[in-house]
Parts: sequence; structure tokens; C-alpha cells
Amino acid sequence: MGNLFKIAVRNLFRYKRRTLLTVSLIAIGVIFVLGYISISGSFKNMIIGQITDSMVGHLQIHRKGYMAAIDNLPLNMNLKPQAVKKVENILNQQGEVEAYSPRLKFGGMFSTFVETTNIRLNGVYPEKEFKTAPLLTSRITEGQKALNRGEILLPELLSRGMKAKIGDMVVIVATNQDGSVNGKQFKVSGILESATGPGGRDGYVHIEDAMEVLRMGEMEISEIAIRMKHFNRLEVFSNKLDGLLSGEVNKQGKPMFEVHTWEKISPFYNIARMIDVMTIFIQLMLIAVVLISIMNVMIMAVYERIREIGTIAAIGTLPRKILSMFVMEGFCLGIIGAVSGDILGSIIIYILNFTRLVTFDFGRQTGLVLIPTIAPSDVIFISAIVILVSVLASLQPALKASKMEPIKALRHV
Amino acid sequence: MSLIVAENISKDYQVVATKVSKDYGPAENVVRALRGVSFEIEPASFVSFVGPSGSGKTTLLNLIGCLDKPTEGNLSVVGTDILKLDRHESAQFRGDNLGFIFQDFNLIPVLTVYENIEYPLIIVKNTAAGERRKRVMAVLEAVGMVDQKDKYPDQISGGQKQRVAVARALVSDPKLVLADEPTANLDSKTAYTIIDLMKKMRNERKTTFIFSTHDQKIVGEAEIIYSLADGELVDKQVKGGKQNG
Repeated sequence: MGNLFKIAVRNLFRYKRRTLLTVSLIAIGVIFVLGYISISGSFKNMIIGQITDSMVGHLQIHRKGYMAAIDNLPLNMNLKPQAVKKVENILNQQGEVEAYSPRLKFGGMFSTFVETTNIRLNGVYPEKEFKTAPLLTSRITEGQKALNRGEILLPELLSRGMKAKIGDMVVIVATNQDGSVNGKQFKVSGILESATGPGGRDGYVHIEDAMEVLRMGEMEISEIAIRMKHFNRLEVFSNKLDGLLSGEVNKQGKPMFEVHTWEKISPFYNIARMIDVMTIFIQLMLIAVVLISIMNVMIMAVYERIREIGTIAAIGTLPRKILSMFVMEGFCLGIIGAVSGDILGSIIIYILNFTRLVTFDFGRQTGLVLIPTIAPSDVIFISAIVILVSVLASLQPALKASKMEPIKALRHV
Repeated sequence: MSLIVAENISKDYQVVATKVSKDYGPAENVVRALRGVSFEIEPASFVSFVGPSGSGKTTLLNLIGCLDKPTEGNLSVVGTDILKLDRHESAQFRGDNLGFIFQDFNLIPVLTVYENIEYPLIIVKNTAAGERRKRVMAVLEAVGMVDQKDKYPDQISGGQKQRVAVARALVSDPKLVLADEPTANLDSKTAYTIIDLMKKMRNERKTTFIFSTHDQKIVGEAEIIYSLADGELVDKQVKGGKQNG
């Protein structure tokens, strides 16, 4: 094997310029793919991070059917205290859970005493909410990064439109489950930067204030947002949680709860899927580049070395050894191209990462700095594809070489 | 690999050809390169096939070298009926029993002199590294190329290339070495040197050498000379006497 490798490398160096061009082509392809994966992947992860860490959480638990009617924020589909207790008991026993936050969501009217408009609000336990959505505090652009009883965190657009400033008193009016209307005064304690995604333009009040506005006798919960310790175990934990909660049934014997990952809640998931599909297409283009370039080079190599093939066949080299020699050449081209591409690609990604040159806008968020990173598993996967395709591309010319009749090959001029 | 031993053929001969014919081309326009050639070659012989271009020398050497198959007749090489060998067995047989020297030297340009000679031991015979080195150095010494061993083929002269080709043919200790016009691309002095070298190797190793040539100057160096004309064996000369073929 070592000798086949040595001969293959020597043969590649025989046509230095051609080898250099082919290797460069493969390396450039690898660089582009790694660059694309790192940038698109980082963009995807950044947006997912924004969505999950500042609003949605990794998972949410609702009463069965709530999600279908979520646009109306139906108060009659909230979880009752006993149901919440059951869920909390289960969540408290799960090692995967870092934090969870019960939310009471409702819609109401927002008045500055001068103007009135509608508003969507989340009633939360601030401590639990800030742990479950740790980036929420970073969205508070003005005012204190906290939420106390009697205070409201106002969405930026609403604050601007209604000319409500920090310290202003405003009134929230809401209709409760029975249809009666109630209002409560709040002090604007913070302005929340808008974020793209569900709940990105909602206001926040303390959950007990929300109860008071809605005149609830006992605490009801619209949803429980969950933050996991390890985001990459989302699917596994979601299934586990689904299994644990499926045992809880209502009086009609139907499941009481439904578990949704962020993917089912945020429309960005479809964009993320599109990015994944585009990554596959980019990889297919790389495969085509490698396949065509290696095949071209190897066909030329076989054609130029027909007499040499005749000689080695005449002196007793078995056809499978001749096949191995040419496949080894393709393999070497692939490995040199892949490794060069990996090294250069990693350097470029490091430079982009270090200089923080790549910025982009997403929704109303502008100037987001992209920090491209690439997982070693992605580098290994891309390299493996390149090497595998190189071997496959050299198979046809190698087979041709191995099947040559030595006498005809020796006569070739 | 089990080789097919030729039936009813004395193993005292390295080559036994019985009414061997070789045709090329389609039936309506057939070219008869060899016409019922019969001969025997004993071990450790130094044999030359001579004749003008198109007389069938190269065709005959290709048949003896298992690079091609006769259209008619029987051909046994080193006790093996070569007609019964398939492509893979032919390659194995060549690697195990035969050595080749080509008119154009046919050295592998990316390998050094040493590596070219070592090639059959690595790729064909899978010889262990220590044994390989011993054998390569022995033939290098025998052909007087030790000091050139690290050079590439394009760094040495034609005569030196043919010395390397001789060494490559001998390194795996073949029973038979076939040389097709080995001196055609060499000047007279170098040609004699190569023939002398081949003869010396025959004397030292008892290897049978069969070569083809149309160069009258070196024909006389052979001990047995078969003359071919129009695909037929027309004469056989043995040094010190003459027989009709």
C-alpha cells in the first residue's frame, strides 16, 4: 500500500501544473462549502438563539388545543393550577431542564390617557422568565433590567407610537374569561427592543398583576416555556417529555397537554430548513466539481501512460494492482485537495471570526455581527465526501487501465 | 495459483512450440504472422530469433511471453501450456517466470534506477524489504549501475537505461528472459556491451535468454540462432555447426 501511495504521489508530481490546478479547484470548492456552512450555520444558530433565548424558550407546554387558537390568546384554554402542578412536578425531576417559566398570555387595551391601542402581554414571574429567556434582559434598551409588581416592559414600537416613556403611567384594560372588563395602572419601567418571531412585540408584566387584571381567582397558565441545559438534545427530550405527559388525561380520557419545540412555534424554522436544503445543494455542486475534475485528470493520465501500463502489465502486475495504482492517484488528489481546502477554509473562517467583518440585518434587527464557526464533524464530513468522490471518479479510468491488453498497450504510440 | 502443466511435454525444455500459427485481422483479410512454427529451447540457452521486419520475430516473442495467444498449435513455456491461462493467470505467470527487456527500455519515469529494479519485487512478487534490498543491490552490482541507483531514467544514457532494464528483468530470478530488439536503440559498442551483459547473466544465473534482432552485427553473439522469414522458421544455427530448421 505504501509503495502504491509513493508511486501515486510521484505520478501526480510528474504533471505539476495539472495537479496543482486540480487540487486548487477542489480546495476552492471545499473552501466555499466550508465558508457557506460556517456562515449560514452561524446565521441560523444566531437567529435560533435569538428566538429561543429572548422569547420562545426551547420548548413549550400548553393545554391540548391551545396552539391551534394561539392567535386569539384564548383565556378559556389555560392550564388550571392542578395541571400546572403536575407539569412542574415532572419538570423538577428532569435533569435536562435548566429553567422553566409559566406564562399567562392575554390581549388587552393599552392607554396613555391620551391615546389607546391594543397590546399583547405576557404575565411572568420575572426571575423564572429571565432564566428561561436569558436574552430578554438584553432586549431592554431603556430603563431597568428587571420587572417588579405594578411595572410594565413596553415594546419599543408601541412606546414610540404612543409616546410612552420610562416612568410614565399607563393603563391596561382587559376582558376576562367571564366577559367583564377590568383595568389597572402600570408604570413603564423598561422599553423592549423588537425581535423577529412570535412574541417579539409583546409587553411583559408581573404574573400576579396579570391575574389581577384578568380577575382570576386562582393562577391559570397559558404556557410553560422550558430552557434545556443542552440544546442539541432537544428532540430526544421533547419526545421524552411528550411520553411523560401523555399519561395525563382529562375527564374525557384525552391527553391534557401538548409539547412543542421552538421549531413548531417559530416560522423561522422553515427558513432554517431552507438553509439546510441549500447547504445540500452546495455540497452537490462540490461533488460535481470534484467528480468532473478528477475524472478528467485521471482519463488524461491513463491516456498518456498507455505504454507504461503495457510495461507494468507485461512484467506481471496484476490487473487489480493496476486498478489500485490509478485509484490511489485519485485518492491522493482528493486528499490533498480536501486537506488544503480544510486548512485554508479554517484560516478564512478564523479571520472572519476574528475581524467580525460579516454583519447582517434580520427583520428589524440591524448590524447583527456574524461569528462564523464550523464544527469539526462538518469538516470531516466534507473531506470524506471529497475523498470518496475522488475515488469513485478515478474508478472508471482505473478500470480502463486495468483492462488494457498489455500487447496493445505496448504498441501504443 | 495452480498453473496448467503441459501434457506430454518434456520438462527439459524451457519452450516447446508445436506448429504454432498466429493470424491477425478479420477472416476475409487475414494476416498470417506465424505459420506452423515448431522449435524447442533448452534451459540456460542464449537464443536469438533473427529476420527482417515483418518476419514474425516480435509476434513469436509475444507468444512466448504470454502477452498473446497462438491461433493454432501448442506452446509450452516453462512447462506450462500457455493456451490454458486466462488473463489473470497469464499476468501471474509472467511475474513468476519471465523477465522482459524492451527495445525502448520502458522504465517507469517517476521511479529511480533502484526503484525501477525493485518494482517487480514489490508490486509483482511481494518480497520482504530485506530480501528485496539484497537482490536489487546484487543485480545493480552485476550490471554495474550501483553508483547510478538514485538517478531517474531521464538522467542516464540509453545504454545505462538498458542495463537497468536487464537488471529489472533479472531481479525476480525468472526462468526465461525475453528481449525484443534490445539493442535497436543503442550504438554498436553499447549493443555489444548489453549482449555481453546478458550472456554474463546467463552464465552466472543459468537463465534462458531469448532475444530478437535484425542487427547482423550482434546476431553472431547468440549461441542458437533461429531465422524467420514470412512467419516461417527457415533456419537454425547452433554455434559450431548448422542445422536446417
